[in-house]
Amino acid sequence: MNVGILYSRIRKDEKLLLAELRERGHEVTKIDVRKVQFGLTEPPEIFDDVDIVLDRCLATSRSKYATQYVAAYGIPVINSPETAEVCADKAKNSLALAQAGVPTPATDVAFTKESAMESIEKFGYPCVLKPVVGSWGRLMAKLDSRDAAEAILEHKATLGHYEHKVFYIQEFVDKPGRDIRVLATDGEPVAAMVRSSDHWLTNAAKGATTEAFELDDEALELVKKASDAVGGGLLGIDLMETGDGYTVHEVNHTVEFKALTDATDVDVPAKVVDWLESKVKVEVPA
Amino acid sequence: MAECVECGADVALHDDLEIGEIVDCTTCGAELEVVDVNPPVLEKAPELEEDWGE
Repeated sequence: MNVGILYSRIRKDEKLLLAELRERGHEVTKIDVRKVQFGLTEPPEIFDDVDIVLDRCLATSRSKYATQYVAAYGIPVINSPETAEVCADKAKNSLALAQAGVPTPATDVAFTKESAMESIEKFGYPCVLKPVVGSWGRLMAKLDSRDAAEAILEHKATLGHYEHKVFYIQEFVDKPGRDIRVLATDGEPVAAMVRSSDHWLTNAAKGATTEAFELDDEALELVKKASDAVGGGLLGIDLMETGDGYTVHEVNHTVEFKALTDATDVDVPAKVVDWLESKVKVEVPA
Repeated sequence: MAECVECGADVALHDDLEIGEIVDCTTCGAELEVVDVNPPVLEKAPELEEDWGE
């Protein structure tokens, strides 16, 4: 097969995928989205021979729009624009999880400093204020007091992009110093790890230590439900342990997996390529 | 080996270099993007943006 890779930066994750695809004899068309013009009807020439497109755009905005255009050209794209749309936005993500009956932290969205403050006071301290778009744990605020809350709301309202004026307020989940990252293909776990840190943020990008994690039946069911809730695909599903179960706080649609590869014995790129091969068989019948 | 566009120092490169990959200059610390591999050509990498990553 010929796999088109949408990218603007080749990380270790993409290098692992490229190596796996080439080792198996697949063709790879690297598509730098910075150099492409997406017209309304005809796909750009670079898409001519691709059987399937894998979106590995680092920028959420590019990922959201490029996948819409690729799908409109009738080219199978992983992940689908529908999945990207939901996962790229924390507010939509939370709503999709809640609507699917997946346990997720209590979350409010508010549009003014005053109404956001009411939510914060309702949740009590600490609680969490997150940007609706963004990642790697950036611009996340744990609010320990009213003074801190007022200052951060003021900063966001004054300095932020318009999306920072959408206040996403979440209960603070007192997790046991770690959270769980599961990489799944259409709800089927490929590998899972715990990310541990003394810091309240346990992102691998923030320096958390990682180790393999064995999913129990409840976690397996939640991974499937969370994946279905956002439309399926190649996803990173984040869970936290609450003491009497799990809560799913986020599903990521252009998932990074280098930390997972290091933490587990699973050959993640091989499993991902297995799955891509199966998708092409399904979506592009010979 | 290629030249850092920031400080002019030699930058050692891996054999499996990919266009689009980011390498660091060990002399000045600049992030550099590989824009060609044969021969290797480096440019200053784009700045980190707010909506990057996952």
